[in-house]
Amino acid sequence: MSQLASQVSSDLKQLASDVLSKALKAGATDAEAVVYEGDEFSALVRLGQVETLKESGSRAVGLRVFIGQRTASTSSSDFSSESIERLVEGAITLAKITSEDPFAGLPEPQEFGKIEEDQHLYFDDVNEMPPAERIEIARRTEAAAMAYDARIQNSGGGDFDTSTSHKILMNSRGFTGEYRRSYCGFSAAPIAHDEKGNMQRNYWFSNSRTVEKLENPEEIGHEAARRTLRRLGARQVKTQKAPVVFSPEIARSIIGNIFDAANGDSIYRNASFFSGMLGEQVAGENITVIDDGTIIHDGIGGFGTRPFDGEGLPTRRTVLVERGVLKNYVSNTYTARKLNMKSTGNASRGLAGNPGIGAGNFFLEAGSLTPEQIIGDVKNGLYVTETMGFGVNLVTGDYSQGASGLWIENGELAYPVEEITIAGNLKDMYKNIVAIGNDLVFRGASAAPTIHIEGMTIAGA
Amino acid sequence: MTIPAPDHKRYFIEKLGLSERLMERCLGEALSAGGDYADLYFESVTSTSLGIDESLVKSASQGISVGCGIRVVSGERTGYAYTDDLSSDRLLRAARTAALIASGPAKELMSGFRHTDTPSLYPVAGATSDAEIAAKLALIERADKAARAFDSRITQVRAGFNDELRRILVAASDGTFASDTQPLARLNVFVIAKDGTNTARGTSGGGGRVTMDFFEGDKSPEHYAREAARTAILQLGAIEAPAGEMPVVLGPGWPGVLLHEAVGHGLEADFNRKKTSAFAGLIGQQVASPKVTVVDNGLMPGRRGSINMDDEGNPTQETVLIENGILKGFLSDKLNSRLMGMPNTGSGRRESYHHIPMPRMTNTYMLNGEDMPEDIIKSVKRGLYAVNFGGGQVDITNGKFVFSASEAYLIEDGRVTRPVKGATLIGNGPEALKYVSMVGNDLALDEGIGTCGKAGQSVPVGVGMPTVKLDRMTVGGTGQ
Repeated sequence: MSQLASQVSSDLKQLASDVLSKALKAGATDAEAVVYEGDEFSALVRLGQVETLKESGSRAVGLRVFIGQRTASTSSSDFSSESIERLVEGAITLAKITSEDPFAGLPEPQEFGKIEEDQHLYFDDVNEMPPAERIEIARRTEAAAMAYDARIQNSGGGDFDTSTSHKILMNSRGFTGEYRRSYCGFSAAPIAHDEKGNMQRNYWFSNSRTVEKLENPEEIGHEAARRTLRRLGARQVKTQKAPVVFSPEIARSIIGNIFDAANGDSIYRNASFFSGMLGEQVAGENITVIDDGTIIHDGIGGFGTRPFDGEGLPTRRTVLVERGVLKNYVSNTYTARKLNMKSTGNASRGLAGNPGIGAGNFFLEAGSLTPEQIIGDVKNGLYVTETMGFGVNLVTGDYSQGASGLWIENGELAYPVEEITIAGNLKDMYKNIVAIGNDLVFRGASAAPTIHIEGMTIAGA
Repeated sequence: MTIPAPDHKRYFIEKLGLSERLMERCLGEALSAGGDYADLYFESVTSTSLGIDESLVKSASQGISVGCGIRVVSGERTGYAYTDDLSSDRLLRAARTAALIASGPAKELMSGFRHTDTPSLYPVAGATSDAEIAAKLALIERADKAARAFDSRITQVRAGFNDELRRILVAASDGTFASDTQPLARLNVFVIAKDGTNTARGTSGGGGRVTMDFFEGDKSPEHYAREAARTAILQLGAIEAPAGEMPVVLGPGWPGVLLHEAVGHGLEADFNRKKTSAFAGLIGQQVASPKVTVVDNGLMPGRRGSINMDDEGNPTQETVLIENGILKGFLSDKLNSRLMGMPNTGSGRRESYHHIPMPRMTNTYMLNGEDMPEDIIKSVKRGLYAVNFGGGQVDITNGKFVFSASEAYLIEDGRVTRPVKGATLIGNGPEALKYVSMVGNDLALDEGIGTCGKAGQSVPVGVGMPTVKLDRMTVGGTGQ
């Protein structure tokens, strides 16, 4: 770490510590401060020309106070001493008007902790890369996509983004922790026309915490082009019940709903179809779903990896569903107390507001079939590559989303389809996953391989 | 009666210590490497959020965000930098960063700013941000009580009150010098109903750029609480939504989200300049039934989507998008109107000083037709009557859009019969409105809860529509 970086770190820690002592002096019985600092860069190249360049840094401080079992929070992007005074006063004033809640409060001191080993979350090369090189990657990715096929004559552009952040969490019960994280990624979004002039767009991307692990721009551009071209000429299909195979990008969001359904906040309110289901069979025996905030992939920390959660508890590995049985709810300190359980270290902390619950690296364990084998086993069905909409109801499990993808005929991807919906109920869908792919790849904090679900309704023409 | 326009800029000059001279220096620095245009966007937002949950006030928070975004435009290129530190050296440094987009001789600045007055579509003094916290708490406590009193099957109630005061000042190299103060408030209620093993949810809410009085009339906390509770209880008895293509009748108000998704986004000028929208090249063509006229209107007093000026300092306006089914125009900002040689509709909006402005909607709605709502229902033998929705989404390029119904009923032999579960409806933007066969005379705007997302930026918007019949649309249920 450079000398400048350690200087910044100690300044921010000093700020957090000042905020805490001011809060305690003003009457708080407990307090927690978070200080955030980040840099972002983005370049968008369209049709070979730089269209936008953005570069900036920002910072903010958040304070959560307790007066007994009343709590409130404040945040500010202004670090002046006048503003810090207002931050503290505001939090104390607000806390006084909230209700006594026997479950409110910071975690118990013995629960605090953090993963001490290096999680490889921060790489300097993200900042060191000259802007001209970043722009060049965006340009090459778009150019590769556009050169791939004559039907691609337009583009939403190629981009390259980087960001770095530094977060400090400190509380009055003795916890202090900090981490830095880096991110870089690029993508292309080509647009293809068919002979009737109908357009389709798609994109593909590569991302990592370090520039070194980014994929080849030409390969990403070509993949973006293939994904766009395969949508051309899409049509509706008839309304029917048929097998549905979900590509990893979409399987990931369907599996992601397991995390939301097991969210302790919804559980104690009876606002989830998993309420009261602990220890019950909620999915097929082939389903094991895990949240793990500690994963390091090949020397690089996962996108959902961090040393401690939003309340200062160490991150960990939690099995939510094991062979189809619901094993754990996910919680922060508050919801764990409501459920008479222990926090699973899933507290997520924004600048202001009570902590929420967030996933680390969340995934469905891979199966043994290749995606080709899964598709090959379907005589007549849908391969979904995109869903649209907000038709997921976690209270009832009802699921209804717009979809597009490819129709499967005799085990082959036959033609593109669009303007259809797929519907079912998640409670049934998780029990009807009849095949799981071996293609588990983390391109974000959550991941799932290809899955095949029986019994869904497709609505179309 | 004329009310003197409030002097929004005083806050920036007096409280934040900014001067016109410093702004001119920053613009000079921004254009030091050439470029056609530069602007400074100063923003200060204070926000408050209160939440009641299980009849306890469990959350209360306040946030302050202050900063400046600096943009340099050179041809089709945009450079952007922002800072949350408004000291002169940080501002000048951000201006130099944004300037890197251009490469050429320094541009001479115009001489002096052209101060413009903005209209007063909403209150500044007396906005909810000035009200006592206790008065806001009383609103959510009332909502909690009313929802619980509605029916013994209501088991969980959460209510929240969120408001903000956003002050903005735009100073630009074209002489623009304009400022505004934009209050915004919203009350939300979320409930869970339980009957045996059957569970359902219900939500409701509303608000706008309003004073506290707004919540004392027919838009009271009790109104929203009863709406949320009524929807949840109704859903307890809902049957499977049908699947397939059928006639759909949309009720007045929030179902106007159809217009926002089906046509609104596709008519934003940036997508049309780049020819990435399914509507590109369709100006002057029939894109809807002759019964359909759609406008975007930022001038409606007190509305959530209304703005005295856009985030580039231009006055907002009423823009006709579709007139009697013919596509009339796009929503544009400074960059796109210049590049396309089209009028600027004052639609340049942004989420915050972290973001580059782009063409966005304000309040988008369909004008009244001549049909009676009950005649519209009577005309349907078998179909869906959808009166409330969650969100929607659109793929601009192929025109496909969805919106998800949260309250809907079957229509059987001209009568509204059983409630059905939520379902997503899907259609094709440039085609869907051609199937509008009846338009009611009961235009209503939504309650004031809409937030629109585009390219990672959220802005408050409104939607509206009278009762409308579409002869066919695909409904994504699981039933017959």
